[in-house]
Amino acid sequence: MSKTDWPLYEVFIRARSGLSHRHFGSIHAADETMALDHARDLYTRRNEGVSIWVVKSTEIVASDPADSDSLFEPAADKIYRHPTFYKIPDDVENI
Amino acid sequence: MTKEQALITYATRMGDNAIVMAQRLSEWVGHGPELEEEMAMANFALDYVGQARMFFSYAGELDGNGRNEDEICFLRDGWDYGNVLLLEQPNGDFGETIARLVLFETFYSLQLEALASSPARKLAEIAACAIRESTYHIRHASHWLIRLGDGTDESHRRVQHAIDRLWTYTGELFEADQVDRIMQAEWEGPDLTALREQWHRQIDALLSKATLQKPADGWMDSGGKQGHHSEHLGYILAEMQSLQRTYPGANW
Repeated sequence: MSKTDWPLYEVFIRARSGLSHRHFGSIHAADETMALDHARDLYTRRNEGVSIWVVKSTEIVASDPADSDSLFEPAADKIYRHPTFYKIPDDVENI
Repeated sequence: MTKEQALITYATRMGDNAIVMAQRLSEWVGHGPELEEEMAMANFALDYVGQARMFFSYAGELDGNGRNEDEICFLRDGWDYGNVLLLEQPNGDFGETIARLVLFETFYSLQLEALASSPARKLAEIAACAIRESTYHIRHASHWLIRLGDGTDESHRRVQHAIDRLWTYTGELFEADQVDRIMQAEWEGPDLTALREQWHRQIDALLSKATLQKPADGWMDSGGKQGHHSEHLGYILAEMQSLQRTYPGANW
């Protein structure tokens, strides 16, 4: 057996029509076709989804945790950016 | 043999095929070449267990002796099992398991398609439900067959060897006995001669995509449907039935 690991793919699944794809996990696969098969076999066994995206993990551009302070901290003290000052009528659900 | 008896035997054979395949596939648990692939084999095994349960329950319902799915599955001996010989053969390497999946599933999905319009309503419903699983199994196994056949020298050699070895068990799939003939005449069951041609066309296309040679049709082994099995089935049943035979009626 080959000692090389297959590339890693990230799996995104749309749970229902109308929702967006959500990250579910990752799998190893030799190519895209196999990645879809594996994603289906591992993550949709219990009716989790209606659509699958797979993308090579190396294709994802990620922010550097070292930059967290400059990227995300400035938002912490700006509560006025959150719509928390509106009264929500009792009859409106799901907000 | 009445048409009702034929239907019971036929449904039981379908269940036997499914449960024996399930046992073989589940042997990969803990031994798969990759974690993901092991999960796939286990999923397929569970699909087959589900199908076997439906076929056995149906056969039990029809024969009216009050036998439930467990009794049919766990309390019959090898000579009462009517699975085809192809399915009881040992897994071999991963390539051989894939080769068997492809050879059998291509047949099975055609068989199910024919049965889906049978006037035996419940059988038709089970078939319609199983087709979806079967279609995915073929897709998955075909991807692998192509990958292995058109892969390295070693993977090509091994999977070609598997196809050659298993070929002798493919004749039985299309060998109609009295049960098959009554099924065709009375319950719109598959015409195995026509099905054989379709099977060859699909297998031809797939093998050539996988750069594999189709073996010549030589002597074909058979007898599984009538309960004449190879030595392998005994071991499968011994393992599968041991619990129910040691603790009769055990359930959870």
